[in-house]
Amino acid sequence: MREDDHVYLSLAEEQDDSRWAFGTGFEDPLHGVDTTVPDGVDPVELAALCLGLGDDALVASQRLAEWCTRAPELEEEVALANIGLDLLGQARMLLTRVGQVDGSGRSEDDLAYLRESEDYRNVRLVELPNGDFAFSMARLLVFSAQRLAVFERLAAGHPDPVLRAVAAKGVKELAYHRQYAAEWVVRLGDGTDESHRRMQEGLDTIAPYVDELFRAVPSGQDVREVRDEVGAVLAQVAAAATLAVPDFEVMAGSGRDGVHTPCLAPLLFEMQSVARALPGGSW
Amino acid sequence: MNQDWPLFEVFVRGKRGLNHVHVGSLHAADERMALTHARDLYTRRNEGVSIWVVRSSDITASTPDEKDPFFEPSGDKVYRHPTFYDIPDDVPHI
Amino acid sequence: MTQTTTAAGPEAQDRLQAHFDGVIAHDRRIEPRDWMPDAYRGTLVRQIAQHAHSEIIGMQPEGAWITRAPSLRRKAILFAKVQDEAGHGLYLYAAAETLGVDRADLTRRLIEGRQKYSSIFNYPTLSFADVGVIGWLVDGAAICNQVPLCRSSFGPYARAMVRICKEESFHQRQGYELLLTMMRGTAAQRAMVQDAVDRWWWPSLMMFGPPDEASPNSARSMGWKIKRHSNDELRQRFVDMTVPQAEKLGVTLPDPELRWNPERGRHDFGTPDWDELKRVISGNGPCNEERVERRRRAHEDGAWVRRAAAAHAKKQAARQEAAREAGQDAGHTGTGSGADGRETR
Repeated sequence: MREDDHVYLSLAEEQDDSRWAFGTGFEDPLHGVDTTVPDGVDPVELAALCLGLGDDALVASQRLAEWCTRAPELEEEVALANIGLDLLGQARMLLTRVGQVDGSGRSEDDLAYLRESEDYRNVRLVELPNGDFAFSMARLLVFSAQRLAVFERLAAGHPDPVLRAVAAKGVKELAYHRQYAAEWVVRLGDGTDESHRRMQEGLDTIAPYVDELFRAVPSGQDVREVRDEVGAVLAQVAAAATLAVPDFEVMAGSGRDGVHTPCLAPLLFEMQSVARALPGGSW
Repeated sequence: MNQDWPLFEVFVRGKRGLNHVHVGSLHAADERMALTHARDLYTRRNEGVSIWVVRSSDITASTPDEKDPFFEPSGDKVYRHPTFYDIPDDVPHI
Repeated sequence: MTQTTTAAGPEAQDRLQAHFDGVIAHDRRIEPRDWMPDAYRGTLVRQIAQHAHSEIIGMQPEGAWITRAPSLRRKAILFAKVQDEAGHGLYLYAAAETLGVDRADLTRRLIEGRQKYSSIFNYPTLSFADVGVIGWLVDGAAICNQVPLCRSSFGPYARAMVRICKEESFHQRQGYELLLTMMRGTAAQRAMVQDAVDRWWWPSLMMFGPPDEASPNSARSMGWKIKRHSNDELRQRFVDMTVPQAEKLGVTLPDPELRWNPERGRHDFGTPDWDELKRVISGNGPCNEERVERRRRAHEDGAWVRRAAAAHAKKQAARQEAAREAGQDAGHTGTGSGADGRETR
């Protein structure tokens, strides 16, 4: 081994294989966390909360995976995959928690692969098809801003230690996702005439789906505070990007109650196709 | 408007590393994007704690050919090289 | 980087050549700013670019299964693996760029069909077992090819390969582990694995390139220590390595001539269909058109995004310049103010 090889190998300090393929953070966030549901926590409510947050992440990650081999530049290929992997990691921990607390004993895979679209509890924003890069960045900005605000509050004060730990890990990831999206919204808004037009269209297209995010804020959290925080981020980014923040009209129904657009069923059909074609298979 | 982004060189210092080490290059529209890309590309297995990026066009380098006084062959100063010192194989980590 | 060119007369040229030959002979490395023969540079550009293109095109056959992976754990593993391939492509393009070529130009050559990539990626992935078999056989073959490249005479290529090989070994293991798991599953799963092995075995052997006697550039590359072993030697190593793994897995490798030869201490095996390799390399494989078309579309669809980012960067630079000229503090530039202690995230 040459000296200059050493330099590179020493950058890869952890020699433990388990860090591989679990997103960008490799320590187990649930290490040593007690999984018993604490006294005073309603398991039904906790399961519903984890299911909604888990489905949001799973569906958002599935859409990000669709960007794979289609990103506008190779560096963005890597970045979008990082974000998709972070969200997939969050989904797995949250769905696992659902099965632990709702008494059904269902695994993350049971929940991901064996439910129909009407049983999914994700907000509708995440199930919309990817559209162009501007739309995807508009969606990622609003989604990660809201999720970061929610996760910060869960990490600080939720009585369930598992959810607290999942949220604490997620906060770091989501702060990065939000920054990544914000930088792109600014670049596209301020870039060329074409990118400005596309970016404004992206924001306008997600507008009807934003209010649902605030109605999905977990009980016990101050909805107004979350709304103001997300609004402030959007206002700041839009100003730098020379874009107008659209009005968020209220659209009836909520993904949290199983109300979805027609876009979700095909997404799930594709996601579940192999698992369902080989019942009893081991993977 | 050119759609091709300029080249940046990336330097990373690992958790136990003393110095930033050149790890490669990437393309980005500006410094900030270069940092974001460097984080994703070169430290996605948690390797680094600190990243520097610099435009490749801003680097001035010496030319390591024989005429260059910076690279005067120093073969006569073998004591500068660790391989000059013969250490038995059973001494670990030297 | 600014390249200072050395005006070299015939005498100086000889001295440079002698110096270069000495570096190669002593197993030291050539670095980007060192003098090198044009043919060495040209060979490296071609080889590294093809390698980089292969990583990027190679994302497609497996990437198609990320959205359909049958468990969330497999989804995460595959997603991370395909992401690694994008990363490997980028490391390799970076190594190629140290030789004075431009990635945008290499990309153009790829999408215009003027530069090649590994022919293996022109075969379709028909079932999820293909993900496992690609990891086991295709990545296994790639490792056999690539580990010696960590000692390639060109420094940036060798260093990129150190990192790539480290990640590739995970890739191979995940593939093999998936196949082991599937072989312990249902009969339908076992049949899927065998079918995938049947389809990928011969193309994997072809990954090592044509036989030595039909590989005109090999000898020169070996002389320059860009390449360290001949195609046939690497192919033999791969077969010897893979046969016991196949036995352990419980699959049959589709070659009736495959058997242990105690005299040679190696396996004998059949001859790949070299005409098929030629057909696939020359653009008539099952998926050539689809692969290049996908890459071309992504590149063209992304042009407005790249253009916008460049335009924004230019505007920002002008704004900062104007602010400086106005004698104001240029303020927040977004990247911190100095090298010392500048930490990202």
